[in-house]
Amino acid sequence: MPPKKIRVALAGNPNSGKSTLFNALTGAKQHIANYPGVTVEKKMGIALYNGYEIEITDLPGTYSLSAYSVEELVARSFVVEEKPDVVVDVVDASNLERNLYLFVQLQELGCRLIIALNMMDMAKARGIQIDTKLLSRHLGVRVVPMTARTGEGVDRLLEAIVQEIEAPYEKAPVRISYGSDIDGAIGHIMALMETSQSIPKTYEQRWLALKYLEGDSQVKEIFARDPLLDKKASLILKGLFKHTLDTLGEEPEAIIADHRYGFICSLIKECTKRHIERRLNLSDRIDKILTNRLLGPVFMLMILYVIYLFIFWVSSEPINWLEAGFAFLRSKIDLLLPDGALKSLIQTGVIDGVGGILGYIPLIFFMFGAIAILEDSGYMARVAYMMDRVMRFFGLHGASVISLIVSGGISGGCAVPGVLATRTLRDPKERLVTALVAPFMNCGGKLPVYAILISAFFPEGRARLMFILTLFSWGLALFSARLLRSTVLKGPKSPFLMELPPYRLPTLRGLLIHSWERTWLFIKRAGTLILAFSIILWAGLYFPRLDEKRLAEFEHKLEMERLKVVSFLPKNVGRGLSLEELEKAYQQALKAGGTSEQTYDSLRLAISKAISKEAGVDVGQAIEAFIAYKKASQDILRGKNEASLRHTFFGRIGLLLEGITGYLGFDYKLNVALLSGAFAKELVVSTLGTAYSIESSQVGGSLEERLKADPRWGPGLALIVLIFVLIYIPCIPTLLTIGNEFSYKWTMVSVIFNLSVAFSIAFILRFLLGFLSISPWG
Amino acid sequence: MGRLIPIRQMQVEQEGVVRKITAKAEMGRRLREMGIIPGVRITVQGRAPLKDPVAIKVMDSVLTLRNNEADYVLVEVD
Repeated sequence: MPPKKIRVALAGNPNSGKSTLFNALTGAKQHIANYPGVTVEKKMGIALYNGYEIEITDLPGTYSLSAYSVEELVARSFVVEEKPDVVVDVVDASNLERNLYLFVQLQELGCRLIIALNMMDMAKARGIQIDTKLLSRHLGVRVVPMTARTGEGVDRLLEAIVQEIEAPYEKAPVRISYGSDIDGAIGHIMALMETSQSIPKTYEQRWLALKYLEGDSQVKEIFARDPLLDKKASLILKGLFKHTLDTLGEEPEAIIADHRYGFICSLIKECTKRHIERRLNLSDRIDKILTNRLLGPVFMLMILYVIYLFIFWVSSEPINWLEAGFAFLRSKIDLLLPDGALKSLIQTGVIDGVGGILGYIPLIFFMFGAIAILEDSGYMARVAYMMDRVMRFFGLHGASVISLIVSGGISGGCAVPGVLATRTLRDPKERLVTALVAPFMNCGGKLPVYAILISAFFPEGRARLMFILTLFSWGLALFSARLLRSTVLKGPKSPFLMELPPYRLPTLRGLLIHSWERTWLFIKRAGTLILAFSIILWAGLYFPRLDEKRLAEFEHKLEMERLKVVSFLPKNVGRGLSLEELEKAYQQALKAGGTSEQTYDSLRLAISKAISKEAGVDVGQAIEAFIAYKKASQDILRGKNEASLRHTFFGRIGLLLEGITGYLGFDYKLNVALLSGAFAKELVVSTLGTAYSIESSQVGGSLEERLKADPRWGPGLALIVLIFVLIYIPCIPTLLTIGNEFSYKWTMVSVIFNLSVAFSIAFILRFLLGFLSISPWG
Repeated sequence: MGRLIPIRQMQVEQEGVVRKITAKAEMGRRLREMGIIPGVRITVQGRAPLKDPVAIKVMDSVLTLRNNEADYVLVEVD
């Protein structure tokens, strides 16, 4: 017999332990999606119990069921429209009074309810004793005392759900009186509703009437479908408004809320006892230190810094394993396939491209883990509380700071989780602005670019320049936020009113589930698209190929050089010393180390040592001839690579862009590198390497030395490039995330906004450098 | 009846009873749904580094609100 199904919705206040209970009920069998049209996470899971398959939906945590926030709308329309068999209201026993406010509203909604009276351990520690039987009798629903953190009472809850389903349903008779004025008005409105055809009968009628009096925007829309009803009802509402304002000085909405609390208050007096007076509990005492006006910010910086160090430390080994794995794959492919487009596609396009991003997964996993620790422990709310005043000045919200830190506020984050972290912000404009400025932070991808430019051109001021770049990115992000908030995304500041939840030790299980599910979402979202984009990037740098004639020309030149040296050798050196031998000695000397211009000297020495065992031969001339040949053939190869690069799609775009970036002093090679940096910032370095045709098996220097040798480059240009890379464009994974979270319109805005900021600042910088008569190019 | 002052003017660790909420519509509703209602006892728990927002203890939870939001809540202090 197939199991019978029960559909359960989990409702409750934020911080009531709802997620912990959800994890305890469903284990790893979870499924996450978004509610249609909004970025509110919808989590579903299955629990099997007594031959029942219980499908549990985790509703967003809310304090109320008004129409003011997306979460509340989502929660209540799920209950009204999907009609779950039972709604389990998770109630924090240590904060019963406020938590029951949501329960009362769920009851008004007319759904079948069970109370999961969670955090009984905490209530006990605070000296609160609850008569659950009496509470159950007064409220007319089953009440299951439990502690989800330890798993205590979870089975009893499942049992209660099954009992509730098997028992005949009697609607709880509890009716709160909202005072004679409002009760009377409810009666009138309900009578009017009966005469109207446009009121859906699937809704609890009394709830609709009550919400109408509360001025609920969604319910008002329902009433507006019947103009006659709307007119009559609005007269009643107006009369009531005037009456309550005159007699009580309050709006009906406020009076309704006060009556709900009045009901709860009398209930609590009857059902609970407090052995210990309200006093500073442990959490409050920790707050005396951690949110202290002077010490708080110091601790905050320390905690965030330690977390950062930890993330990078713990993820460095797994990242190495992954890299080694990809390198192994690459070498296997090298042996298996012949040279050509297919090999290049698999090696460069697929393995390097996808591997480059997948290599970051350990980092992302631990980053999400750290965010989960900060969230679950309750510290995140404190950070928002301490930073709010500063953030508000820039038109942001205290909680925006988290997103900026994750994006790379302490150097080396990632804007993708940073953009995702904006979900904690309630106001859509503040959220969007935070997401738009988050890519200005110094993410992990920008660091290799900084590293190479700084060590090439500013070797003494390494730490200082890194620090300046960090400050610069913060300043830029905050001032851009202010700019956006006072122009295109102008709007009122959202209220800060929020709860500082008591400090709690996060559960390992919760952390693992939390980090893994977010990481998995990232892999799914980024993984598929990254493959597509890395293939595009590869193709852009590979096609079109140089035609046969041009290639033959280069081959011919190379052959000429070779012939020159070969014909020289026997004449001057005598028997036995062939080009192959010199080549062999050269390769050995290379392996011994040293690849720069100066090492030609040591090369000479090494070659002559390797060869001088041929007694009596003067090798000096031969070596000079050989080195001249090597240099010439490298120049030809470089010419060939450059010609091929210029010939590719990206090369051509890069050349075209010189028309614009020329004002900044950028050439097509740098353009191509910046272009590929759009796919992922760290690609700037590797593409620049390709453009300068760095091959490790050749003498001629690292990218750093090549740049130093290039007359175009100097500290001035390096500084302009550093600043430009910091600003110019969010990488494609970030852009996709912004598109997913907001809309692709904002993705476009983000690209245009960042590019124009980057150009303006880089241009001003170049102008200033010129003004200070520091030539950028030398 | 004691003196009525907005939360902004309360000292850290000062206690009192909420007597009136002057906010309307959404703000009024949000204050109430978080437990700030007439008759409830509150204690000022602390203030952020720049003196704003303020943290208050209401019922069994700690809430934070900005000073301009705290101005809506009039408290009869002890």
